[in-house]
Amino acid sequence: MKRSGMTGERLVATFLLGCVLLNYPVLFLFARRVTVAGIPLVYVYLFGVWTLLIAILALVVERKRS
Amino acid sequence: MAHRVLVVDDEPSIVLSLQYLLQREGFEVDTAADGEAALEVVARRPPALVVLDIMLPTMSGFEVCRRLRADPAAAGIKVLMLTARGRDTEAQKGLRLGADLYLTKPFSTHELLEHVRRLLGQTP
Amino acid sequence: MLRGWVIVAVSFAYLGVLFAIAHWGDRRAEAGRSVIANPWIYSLSLAVYCTTWTFYGSVGRAASSGIGFLPVYLGPTLAAALWWYAMRKIIRISHAYRITSIADFVASRYGKSQLLGGLVTIIAVLGVIPYISLQLKAISGSFAILLHYPEIVMPAQAVAHHAFQDSALYIAMILAAFTILFGTRHLDATERHEGLVAAIAFESVVKLLAFLVVGAFVTFGIYQGFGDIFRKAQEVARLRPLLEVGSAGAGYGTWAFLTVLSMLSVMFLPRQFQIAVVENVDENHLAKAIWLFPLYLLLINVFVLPVALGGLMLFPAGVDADTFVLTVPMSQHRQELALFAFIGGLSAGTGMVIVETIALSTMVCNDLVMPVLLRLRWLRLNERQDVSRLLVNIRRLAITAILLLGYAYFRIAGEAYALVAIGLISFAAVAQFAPAILGGIFWRSGTRAGAMAGLLSGFAVWCYTLLLPSFARSGWLPHSFLEEGPLGIWLLRPHQLFGFTGLDDISHGLFWSMLANCAAYVGVSIARRPGVAEASQASLFVDVLRHTQSPERPPYWRGSASVEDLLALTGRFLGPERAQEAFLALARRRGREAVAELRPDAELVHFAETQLAGAIGGASARVLVSSVVQEEPPGLDEVMDILDEASQVRAYSRQLEQQSRELREATAELRAANARLQELDRLKDDFISNVTHELRTPLTAIRALSEILHDDPRTRLEDRRRFLGVIVKEAERLTRLINQTLDLAKIESGSAEWHTSELDVAEVVREAAEATSQLFRDRGARLSLRLAEGLPRVRADRDRLMQVLVNLLSNAVKFCAPERGLVEIRLAERGAELRVEVQDDGPGVAPPDRETIFERFRQAGETLTGKPRGTGLGLPISRRIVEHFGGRLWLEERAGPGATFCFSLPVASPGRAGATTMVTARGG
Repeated sequence: MKRSGMTGERLVATFLLGCVLLNYPVLFLFARRVTVAGIPLVYVYLFGVWTLLIAILALVVERKRS
Repeated sequence: MAHRVLVVDDEPSIVLSLQYLLQREGFEVDTAADGEAALEVVARRPPALVVLDIMLPTMSGFEVCRRLRADPAAAGIKVLMLTARGRDTEAQKGLRLGADLYLTKPFSTHELLEHVRRLLGQTP
Repeated sequence: MLRGWVIVAVSFAYLGVLFAIAHWGDRRAEAGRSVIANPWIYSLSLAVYCTTWTFYGSVGRAASSGIGFLPVYLGPTLAAALWWYAMRKIIRISHAYRITSIADFVASRYGKSQLLGGLVTIIAVLGVIPYISLQLKAISGSFAILLHYPEIVMPAQAVAHHAFQDSALYIAMILAAFTILFGTRHLDATERHEGLVAAIAFESVVKLLAFLVVGAFVTFGIYQGFGDIFRKAQEVARLRPLLEVGSAGAGYGTWAFLTVLSMLSVMFLPRQFQIAVVENVDENHLAKAIWLFPLYLLLINVFVLPVALGGLMLFPAGVDADTFVLTVPMSQHRQELALFAFIGGLSAGTGMVIVETIALSTMVCNDLVMPVLLRLRWLRLNERQDVSRLLVNIRRLAITAILLLGYAYFRIAGEAYALVAIGLISFAAVAQFAPAILGGIFWRSGTRAGAMAGLLSGFAVWCYTLLLPSFARSGWLPHSFLEEGPLGIWLLRPHQLFGFTGLDDISHGLFWSMLANCAAYVGVSIARRPGVAEASQASLFVDVLRHTQSPERPPYWRGSASVEDLLALTGRFLGPERAQEAFLALARRRGREAVAELRPDAELVHFAETQLAGAIGGASARVLVSSVVQEEPPGLDEVMDILDEASQVRAYSRQLEQQSRELREATAELRAANARLQELDRLKDDFISNVTHELRTPLTAIRALSEILHDDPRTRLEDRRRFLGVIVKEAERLTRLINQTLDLAKIESGSAEWHTSELDVAEVVREAAEATSQLFRDRGARLSLRLAEGLPRVRADRDRLMQVLVNLLSNAVKFCAPERGLVEIRLAERGAELRVEVQDDGPGVAPPDRETIFERFRQAGETLTGKPRGTGLGLPISRRIVEHFGGRLWLEERAGPGATFCFSLPVASPGRAGATTMVTARGG
């Protein structure tokens, strides 16, 4: 695939980032009884991180060859 | 129509293989183990082709070839030389002396047969 | 009003739409304008991952464990990031080698093992059929619920129904028909079903839309947005735990394990493999899928928790949370919405069933049924002209059987735990393929035995920790099995194996099964080297990205075949026209006009094998092709090349194999010796030329006779024996020649090893006499020893001295008088030396030869008509040896018959340093 040569490595980095953010202990930090506009923090956090990861994946993969 | 071939080599195992090979192809095969015997056979029963080893006792294959070529009666006989030495000079020498072709040992039986057929005008 | 017939009609209409799309997709594909050559379609079709388990079950899970439903979708998101490496490789490999299923992939990688393919198929079938049952249950259940609109009634036990009144059966049959229609049109060598993929992509859109609409309705229609729902939920005590992580069912251990589990299943579920790999049209589509697919998962999950909370708040107890997606709209009297939700669930279920069934039926046909059929000789499949019909029918039968089994399990299990929990249990089953496959594409040393061991161990542990307990929970096995362990063995309790507590059932089972699997896979793989076929397949797989442009390099292979045979064989399984087309295309690619002009070389055989693999799987293809083609062992010329690789040489007979081995060792030694010689003084040109000549002579005979034997299988037995005998003798001669040449070279260059000691020569002479006694007996000659006694010792190498004596004695016996010959060996002291004389009574040595016999490669008797088969090196070596000891070797000039060879050895005197030294280090 004609993408930037670093694509594979950037994707692995994203993977690792995801693993860290979406698991204990980072997840635990957000598992508090706080609400954001009525929505529990953990819910917002999870979906927020998820969206962020997807955005990063899209960015990394769709970047054309420099 | 069966052509006759003369195989000249002092190694019995090589003679055995060449003889079998050529007989299987339908040729009549005579054999000789040295130069003198070879020339004798050529005189008695002239073959269409001589497969000639270079390293022979007493008279060398080159000598045999030269004598063959010197004899007008043997002009139509094709000569295929076999040599085990790896030098080009050998081949040149053989060709200069009038051999039609030379092959190095160990040869491929398929190749040998192809050349024999070609030399005897039998290719399709 | 929502009558039964309305629902049925809408359902059939929907199926009709699917049918139309699939048909359209196939037509476009045949016209060459593929409709699925589009990364968006590819990404959408991947969403077949979301089944009714997602559509209905997520809400159910959320209702009991809050946010704990999410890991199953986070996992694939994370996995997508790694697809760049793993998936790309798998797709590249599968396209290059025409791999059409997971079982085929595993079988091909590990030496095209039919056994492995069969095992993978069995595990897949056992693991996935209950999952299919789940879909049937969901569809028929949702149908039953909708039927009672506007009342909300939970469906009664399915067992109450008679089979023929059971909607699930009809659903199963309709799905079977649909699958057969669009999945088994013909045996495409690539196993692509374009129409089907288009339909699946469409279904993904439908189910996403349905869920989003219902979700939006619940969140914004019934309540006032996300904040509102959550706030209201906070006020209900029993709902609060759902809003936190760490509560029951969502513990951190579970969270992590579920994430890992779903990462593996998104790649190794048969339906995922089918869509992602087999149906993939263009590898570049993967790029979009890496973020589009996670996006889809995100979207379809946004409203799950709100719907769950909404349903819990709306309904009193008694309504199954799994049904909220349907029942909540129903409770608000939105019949169109409920119908739409039902269709959404229908999409989710049918998509899964169709794709999964195709994938499983391909595996069952190629890796289970075909190998067995090929083995049943009485079927004589090899000789049948057109097997393609048979194959298609087997596929269709398999599809029907799988769906019937799915239905049967559904009937038997009913509401039992064994069905409800099967989703994750199925995931854990297919996760067992991970070590073998991931190991297979990254680790060259993974062997077939390792993969077998891994799969069997993992599967066994999976059965024990997950499958059997589900039976126990359903009441099919005694409960004590769970509580106290089998036979009361506490440590073997299936859910707390070896006392390992703290994890939920699934995570626990996954942990132990993967541990056993990986340990066995790695352990057994490194215990033994892979075989040649395996190793070449391994490197083809692991290195596939390196051969990007043409990964069609055939593995090491030599043989002979005819184009017609290969064409006929391929035609039998693909159909004659398609085979002809394929071969013609290949011929054109090679710049030829007709199929007949193709050369029957290894590449063509590989091509034929690949085409066949698309139809019947790699392992069976290999078997069939080998039956048609004759493999030949490498010729002598290639032996030298092959010496560097690990390869096996097939021999015509045991003797020849033996000789070839010795020959190989000798030639390898020769290579090494040659290299050394180039560093030391160069020997004279003549010597090299002589050696070449001498070696080529026996090689010529060997090669010629071998070729003769090989070419004509009808050679007479006696001729064959004779030729083989000659080959053996010539090989022996060659070996002797090489050994002695090396010997001489070593001695002359000073790099031979000498082990000097003090010797009693008389003793050595007697030993030599003993050693050659057989030669004497064979010849009918006598040996007489006249050895003086009490002689002083000499310093020499015992073995070398023996060599000299044996050489002289064997020469003597060779040339002695033919009848009752006599050889005499005398030992005496002469001044400061010991002298040994060997005299025979043969014809002697003619004057002109007296010196030449000591020259290399010269033999006396060249003038004789009966040329002795020696090497011509015996005497030169003997002379060198004796000279090394400080003596001389010569031929005595004597009148009278026979030859007398003499050599002398200096006597060792105490304190003298001596010309000889203790072990000389090897030079160079």
